[in-house]
Amino acid sequence: MMPKRTVLLLVFSLFLAACAGRSGTAVDDPVFDDAVTGPGTATRGVGDRDFGRGDAFGDDVARPGPQGGVLDSRVIYFDFDRSDVRPEYTEMLQAHGRWLAANPQARLRLEGHTDERGTREYNIGLGERRAQAVRRVLLLQGVDSSQLVTVSFGEERPAVIGSDEEAYALNRRVELIYVQ
Amino acid sequence: MLRRLSLVTAAMLLCLAGPAKGQLEIVISRGVDKPVPVAIVPFGWDGPGEAPIDVAAIVAANLERSGRFAALDRADMLQRPTTGAEIDFRSWRMVAVDALVVGQLQQSPNGDYAIQFQLFDALRGEQLLGYRLPVSAAALRSGTHRVSDLIYERLTGVPGVFSTRIAWVSVSRAGRADARYRLVVADADGENEQVMFESPQPIMSPSWSPDGRRIAYVSFENGVAEIYIQTLRTGDRIRASARPGVNSAPSFSPDGRRLALTLSRDGNLDIYTLDVAGQVLTRITDWPSIETEPVWSADGRTLYFTSDRSGNPQIYRVGSDGGRPERITFEGRYNARPRLSPDGRQLAVVHNDRGNYRIAVLDLARGSIQVLSDGRDDESPSFAPNGEMIIYATREGGRGVLATVSADGRVRQRLSSGGEDVREPAWSPFLLAN
Repeated sequence: MMPKRTVLLLVFSLFLAACAGRSGTAVDDPVFDDAVTGPGTATRGVGDRDFGRGDAFGDDVARPGPQGGVLDSRVIYFDFDRSDVRPEYTEMLQAHGRWLAANPQARLRLEGHTDERGTREYNIGLGERRAQAVRRVLLLQGVDSSQLVTVSFGEERPAVIGSDEEAYALNRRVELIYVQ
Repeated sequence: MLRRLSLVTAAMLLCLAGPAKGQLEIVISRGVDKPVPVAIVPFGWDGPGEAPIDVAAIVAANLERSGRFAALDRADMLQRPTTGAEIDFRSWRMVAVDALVVGQLQQSPNGDYAIQFQLFDALRGEQLLGYRLPVSAAALRSGTHRVSDLIYERLTGVPGVFSTRIAWVSVSRAGRADARYRLVVADADGENEQVMFESPQPIMSPSWSPDGRRIAYVSFENGVAEIYIQTLRTGDRIRASARPGVNSAPSFSPDGRRLALTLSRDGNLDIYTLDVAGQVLTRITDWPSIETEPVWSADGRTLYFTSDRSGNPQIYRVGSDGGRPERITFEGRYNARPRLSPDGRQLAVVHNDRGNYRIAVLDLARGSIQVLSDGRDDESPSFAPNGEMIIYATREGGRGVLATVSADGRVRQRLSSGGEDVREPAWSPFLLAN
């Protein structure tokens, strides 16, 4: 199991390194310009790194962070246009909070998401607000602020593709992602 | 170098000469009910082999896409003149066209081309416009769009936008771990698509610089939202803002030196301006709600933005050096992502209309809102630089597609997207000084 995970992490860090060093691609500038580049150059430097974002895969790959019982729950869902954490998640967040307080070297990334309705940038705000709401609950559990980082993806990374209430409900979420 | 000189010269001559000023005989009906009948006669070809491009077909398609013109079918043309001298105007009156374009595409021995055309008032037999444009092989399409712009402006009095460009974000395998996000730039007719930037992580909010040479956008390539500015010609890019938290919603100031943007320093989104070269950051709003989606007025003095400080998203305006924001939308419970019309009189917004997110325009003087689109989840409106059309994103068959609507709501079109999931169109400014 460990070698597999090591490989995965290696791939992921290589990918991050590739991203960090990558520059953009040329696109020809305005109309009457003979510096027009051919279609072949339009994808220069971006064509051959066709691998994904390196998420955990398969049931046998253990996720980082605490395991067992309510600690295996890593997603908090929200009502439409709301960012308050529903009472049903209190127990789960308390468990994660206690574990983080007891393991001050652990780091948790809170990724906020929204459904597809409304404007994309406003949804970035809404996703951030949801991630912050979860962060506040964890801080109350004695988690140090340096252990937590929030990221909002707005509606850009849906968990489920679809334009119905069921998909919307599954996409309005904060994911708890332990970082090693 | 020689070629470049001749192109620059051609562009300068066009700028200096401008369209010929004369009596405008053709009355344009704005409705789709009465498009003006025009004939774009197939262009003559003076060169070896086949003509590399069908100039007349592209011009006709451009004019028809505006919704203001109906191009005569080639099968209904009684003659096919390629110069003014060959035109028999009686035969064009018989097919009831108001305007007539004839021309030729020529290739010179050095491989360059020239597009020569004349626009006639078909009823009076008078020439309204005549040009000869030298273009390189690579610029044939854009030269043809420029021809369309000149014809459009002569007939309508409004500059054409056929030689402008559109940027958008496309996604394949959305929602999967192997998703690919692409920032794409294409001609205004959707052709000549080129990928500027590609990433396995989301790309958002492309925004043109006022000179059309750079695009600012948000990229999650490092796992968080960061703002980049990329130069189209070279592909070079800089990371303009990667501060802790959200870096999003970039918008260039009219002088191209500053960005308005959204940052979250304390977990809460607020509007800032950033002097890009000096990295001087100025806080514009400071409120415990979501403030985002800033856009500049043409004079650079005002920022329009979205805030939900009232409990739901509404549009506000504030001085670009700060001050007290003033709410300007009151109709409906959701108005967001403002974009100013080129004349500064209207804001295109996303407006919740009885449960559906639609594109609407807010008349700034009267405060009234007119809904222009009819989708369920329409977003990202962007004005054409002549103010006549708005491009936006809508959904069709479970994926994102682009659509345009005229600013008066009468002409509506869907742009094909070749099966990709596309979103966030941004119309470029004019790319040539007029």
